[in-house]
Amino acid sequence: MSVSAPPTARRPVLMSARIWFALLIFAGFAALPLIAVVTDDPFLLLIGTRILAYAIAAMALDLILGYGAMVSFGHAAYLGFGAYAVAILNSYGVTDLTLHITFAVAISALFATITGAISLRTRGVYFIMITLAFGQMAYFFFVSLSAYGGDDGTPLATRSTLFGSAALEDDRVMFYVALALLIALFIVATRIVGSRFGRVLIGTRENPVRMEAIGLSPFRYQLTAFVISGCMTSVAGVILANQAEFVSPAFMSWHRSGELIVMVVLGGIGNLTGAIGGAVVALLLEDWLAVLTEHWRLLFGVFLILMVLYSPHGITGALERFTRGRK
Amino acid sequence: MSLLSVRNLCKNYGALEVTRDVSLDVQPGELHAIIGPNGAGKTTLIGQLSGQIEPDSGTVSLEGQDITKRSMAERVHLGLARSFQITSILPRFTVLENVALAVQARSGSSFRFFAPVATEKPLNDAAMQALVEAGLADRAGVRASALSHGEHRRLELAIALATEPKVLLLDEPLAGTGGEEADAFIERLRALKGRFAIVLIEHDMEAVFALADRISVLVYGEIIASGTPDVIRNDPKVRAAYLGDEEAA
Repeated sequence: MSVSAPPTARRPVLMSARIWFALLIFAGFAALPLIAVVTDDPFLLLIGTRILAYAIAAMALDLILGYGAMVSFGHAAYLGFGAYAVAILNSYGVTDLTLHITFAVAISALFATITGAISLRTRGVYFIMITLAFGQMAYFFFVSLSAYGGDDGTPLATRSTLFGSAALEDDRVMFYVALALLIALFIVATRIVGSRFGRVLIGTRENPVRMEAIGLSPFRYQLTAFVISGCMTSVAGVILANQAEFVSPAFMSWHRSGELIVMVVLGGIGNLTGAIGGAVVALLLEDWLAVLTEHWRLLFGVFLILMVLYSPHGITGALERFTRGRK
Repeated sequence: MSLLSVRNLCKNYGALEVTRDVSLDVQPGELHAIIGPNGAGKTTLIGQLSGQIEPDSGTVSLEGQDITKRSMAERVHLGLARSFQITSILPRFTVLENVALAVQARSGSSFRFFAPVATEKPLNDAAMQALVEAGLADRAGVRASALSHGEHRRLELAIALATEPKVLLLDEPLAGTGGEEADAFIERLRALKGRFAIVLIEHDMEAVFALADRISVLVYGEIIASGTPDVIRNDPKVRAAYLGDEEAA
């Protein structure tokens, strides 16, 4: 690999372990429709599609939170842009999925460029607060958009079409399209992280002054990552709208932004796989605990505290310790 | 024309004048040492040369081009690199990655999103070359946070070398090292001398007088003397202000 340098055995092993975890999760997802048939529970597919959407969003957030130390507390806005892209284009008779995604990505790129450029003038808590403020601005914009139901939202007449066919009306097709999008974006994100750009981004997380001193101003790289992350998140919004066949500003409330951060932290920040795992665990727990008691948030809170206390690197951190301990 | 030229640089922190009308010139290939007692404003001066600190007035020029308003990153691309007195590296990167990133910064765009950087041979080769020159090649695959203090100082040097500077600003590269480590570092700098100009801030007088072509003495933000090591050694003002006690010892 790297010239005459001594082999850097430790890191590639870690890296591939994370890829393996991701592959396991994807395999689990791929088998879900089968499980739905066996257990005769079609609802499972809808839950699965929802989890896939949040997995994409959490992974996109991890790209800037984990690799760039940018804690965005307004990322739900991009879920909203994705969802409303579907609703708005549908109302004009444009139903193609690729066009929905293109529109969502374009709007998100614009919003992320403007708000990111302003937010990145701040650091730490101020960055969190200013991204929250921009997120809320987007939220209230859609609350006041009465043509699309305002606060109440609006149902979708149809799901997106796929190259002219209504295939997505089938929950299984919808599910596999979502899974394909997650895997594609996971590959893209993994490549970005290992690229020249990714190395600069991680460097800005580690030591921005050092980056300046070798001739790289962090701002433009951080902003680019912020825009990429926002655009990826909007794809999750497109899926969510289609899954629910309904859009409302609730997709973009600040609670959602908080939940995305919880998913990333729960899974383990800065390794992409963790965010996906975090989304799976958080949403499954939510479903199961909600069956047990209406005070499920309390139980979830306890679980979260225990995770942070005993496994600060999240689920992937715990899994890694486990697999390494067994060797 | 001087390679690096500083004219009438002034910087105040409130009522405190940390840089007082400083002018100095650095010729190509020259090693120009700046010495002075603690608190004389040496690091602040380096900060203004490197672009980390903005001067209140005065100019800094590189190859005749006024760079006073240029950012630190822009100056690096023009050929002005610096090392830090307090080690400033990327702790979770390997030693090789730390240096390869500096090579990347000067060679080609960093807006490449898809090709894996870890296997870019030209980057790793150039980084390895800098590590050899800094005496750290055998530690290339180690995480930077695992290095000893002396090795950190060498990594600082390797990163600065990897930017291929025309002028290298070294802020106390020997800080905290001693004995053999310091001697080896001095030899390394001697080997590098002449390839580019060096502005060296250093407390180790042995190192300064062994390496410098020219020495400027900074006291309370002001250059009180400038000249060859022999001239400085015999300057009565310098002896009184700074070298006096050391000569007596």
